[in-house]
Amino acid sequence: MCFRCLSVLLLFLIPSMAADRRTLRVCADPNNLPFSNQVGEGLENRLAEILAHDLDAQLTYTWWAERKSFLKNSLEAGLCDVVMGVPSSMDSVLPTEPYYRSTYVFLSRTDRALNISSLIDPRLEGMRIGIHVVGDDYAPPAHLLARRGLASHIAGYSLYGASGEVNPPSRLIEAVVRGDVDVAIVWGPFAGYFSKQQSAPLTVTAVSPPMFLAIPFTYAISAAVRKGDDALRTEINQAFVRECKSIAALLLEYGIPQVPEDTPKCDSSQSAAALSR
Amino acid sequence: MRKSIVLFTAAAILVSSVPRLGGQIQNQPDDGQWPMAAKNFASTRFSTLTEINTGNVKDLKLAWTFSTGLTRGHEAAPLVVNNTMYVVTPWPNLLYALDLTKPGGPVKWTYSPHPSASSQGVACCDVVNRGAAYYNGRIYYNTLDVHAVAVDANTGKEVWKVALGDINLGESITMAPLIVKGKVIVGNSGGEFGVRGWLAALDAGTGKLLWRAYATGPDRDVLIGPNFKPFYEQDRGKDLGMKTWQGEQWKIGGGSGWSWISYDPDLDLIYYGTSNPGPWNPEQRPGDNKWTCTLFARHPDTGEAIWAYQMNPHDDHDYDGINENILLDLTIQGRARKVLAHPDRNGRMYLLDRATGEVLSAEAFANQNTSESVDVKTGKIKYVASKATGFKTVRDICPAAPGGKDWQPSSFSPATGLIYIPHNNLCMEYEGVQANYIAGTPFVGANVRMYAGPGGHRGELSAWDPVAAKAVWTVKEMFPAWSGTVVTAGDVVFYGTMDGWFKALNARTGALLWQFKVGSGIISQPVTYRGPDNKQYVAVLSGVGGWSGAIVAGGLNAKDGTGALGFVNAMADLPNYTTKGGMLYVFSLP
Repeated sequence: MCFRCLSVLLLFLIPSMAADRRTLRVCADPNNLPFSNQVGEGLENRLAEILAHDLDAQLTYTWWAERKSFLKNSLEAGLCDVVMGVPSSMDSVLPTEPYYRSTYVFLSRTDRALNISSLIDPRLEGMRIGIHVVGDDYAPPAHLLARRGLASHIAGYSLYGASGEVNPPSRLIEAVVRGDVDVAIVWGPFAGYFSKQQSAPLTVTAVSPPMFLAIPFTYAISAAVRKGDDALRTEINQAFVRECKSIAALLLEYGIPQVPEDTPKCDSSQSAAALSR
Repeated sequence: MRKSIVLFTAAAILVSSVPRLGGQIQNQPDDGQWPMAAKNFASTRFSTLTEINTGNVKDLKLAWTFSTGLTRGHEAAPLVVNNTMYVVTPWPNLLYALDLTKPGGPVKWTYSPHPSASSQGVACCDVVNRGAAYYNGRIYYNTLDVHAVAVDANTGKEVWKVALGDINLGESITMAPLIVKGKVIVGNSGGEFGVRGWLAALDAGTGKLLWRAYATGPDRDVLIGPNFKPFYEQDRGKDLGMKTWQGEQWKIGGGSGWSWISYDPDLDLIYYGTSNPGPWNPEQRPGDNKWTCTLFARHPDTGEAIWAYQMNPHDDHDYDGINENILLDLTIQGRARKVLAHPDRNGRMYLLDRATGEVLSAEAFANQNTSESVDVKTGKIKYVASKATGFKTVRDICPAAPGGKDWQPSSFSPATGLIYIPHNNLCMEYEGVQANYIAGTPFVGANVRMYAGPGGHRGELSAWDPVAAKAVWTVKEMFPAWSGTVVTAGDVVFYGTMDGWFKALNARTGALLWQFKVGSGIISQPVTYRGPDNKQYVAVLSGVGGWSGAIVAGGLNAKDGTGALGFVNAMADLPNYTTKGGMLYVFSLP
């Protein structure tokens, strides 16, 4: 009873909790840097803050690990209204306009001077190649390597950590530093972010070709809302245009390797109306 | 003339009764209880009770019901021991004890293991549990978050609870354990998540891990030693669990033992099968990928492998080898054989000599076009090359990934000599590239869509003669027959359908004798038992879900045919026929 009295009192005492302030409800992974974590250190945390500020909304999070059924259990289940990162082609949700496009990259120790960028480089036949595994599925460039007969050169590093393990994806980047693998083929945002934190200088180079069969190695990334929530999507698209410069600075700060020709430009020719189709 | 007829009749009785006498493994002692999911070590799911029979089953009436309070897929077999019924639910894996001595089976106690909530996101295809096992005053079962538990059968107090893996790495457990010689035998799930499959034995008294046999890796991990004598050439050699893979792929190669275990006390061997290999793109794992899609015989005391037979080397179609193994003593081509009957996901009924691993027959029980034949001399399956998958579009693959049949267990009647196989009639197309996004990383996967096979129906129940290696009769079902079967000495076969009909068939003809519409589709394992009042009862859990019913239990979008790994495409109309909800139904004669 007393707890109830207290909470009623508190409501009157805190003027900032005005009833008409809108809320931006975001679902995010609590342990998945560089994208998000529970203390707000990730790129997507910061982007959500920019968005909430732009929309004059109160930012709230529902924490849910980004595993197989993440979107179904979180966004689609109504626990939130926005997730900050999905491939722009994802059709189970309603993605916004992309705010960046990144690529799978080669990552190697700079002192090895490998200068490698091609997935069909013959030197790969003599190398141990680290690559992320989600469940039993290797990251997309492994399909090309397998077709080239290099399956035995692949060393898989799980994206999933054991309980309590911090930043599981960075195990692969650490393996490059230690020399456990000659090169790693990594999704750009992981390579850019974690390679800055290592003791040895690392070289990051976009993979080529950019696709193989129907498998792309570059992906545009968007925020997403539930299907049917077109009004919120339009608002976010317009906010992304307004905040274009802050977002560009954010991507730079997090070292996200971008595919230049596809990076959104912060110029006035891109009208908000054109983006809110 | 008259005399000769009498003589002939006497001879016929003699001949037909000979195979049923003696110490045949299918003639298991039956005290009217149901102490383990498959009823007995031979996994026959056969009850000697005859009060309910072909003559009176039409009068079967509902005796009482019990709501589990949960709405996900209910796949378990209720246990009946010492006038108590034990029911394990899907996540959160509650264990209910119901008092059969009182009207309506009131709850004696409820045990909750409090499994991790995040384990729900790890299970591939709904958060099911396939049941418990009773041994020495305790109930043993597994939780979705990779624990085994022992619970006092009288008080519901937890005796021990042991972690066997880490759900964060993609492991879970959905299978019912088997208790053999004081050991709890358990296998993991999670092939889709890159786990390395294993089967383990725990001390029933303490929960201490006694051995763990992996399905991939070096012989010492697979528990292959000097006593390993596979019947076929291709299964012999050192460290095949590594050498039939490239590089280190075996570390995430799958081969989980997520389903049934059988036991032959005379040979002192346990039998089980392993799941399909990963990754899904077979181009990325050249080689036979041992020991996935394999049947193993192991000694329960040490776990050491005695023989292995890989049914589907380098599997292309998600044909797990985990289906049930029914142990039978039969006369095959004039010779008494100790056999194991295994209806595989690939649509073939394997009959193996369970002492040696020799294949005696492997004929198709379901519509299939992925293999031409199995050569019993070499043990080799001949695949149809045009149905091989990879990074390309392949249409009309039959059976689909859930197989000619999935985990749903068959039964065998020593009275009819037939195996009652609940199965699927599904095909699939396999194509293109599906963008996926997990833990901030874009991935691509195979896009699978399943649909009804020839005839347009999606399920069948077949009565199979294992000696003649052919079906005697088949009943069609609109939806996949995703429940187990139970058969009785009263010549009645019971099973349930996904649209919610609980049915009784004549075991000799397949004629429908009785049916009852339950609240939600049935994907569980029916049982029958003698109650404290000496009456025969039949019990079944309703509660649709599982891989096939995820569209209802998980509320999936019917427009996304690739949901539930492509199963939604074949089940888009299921929500028109059933809703979710876990409920136990118990029937008896008035």
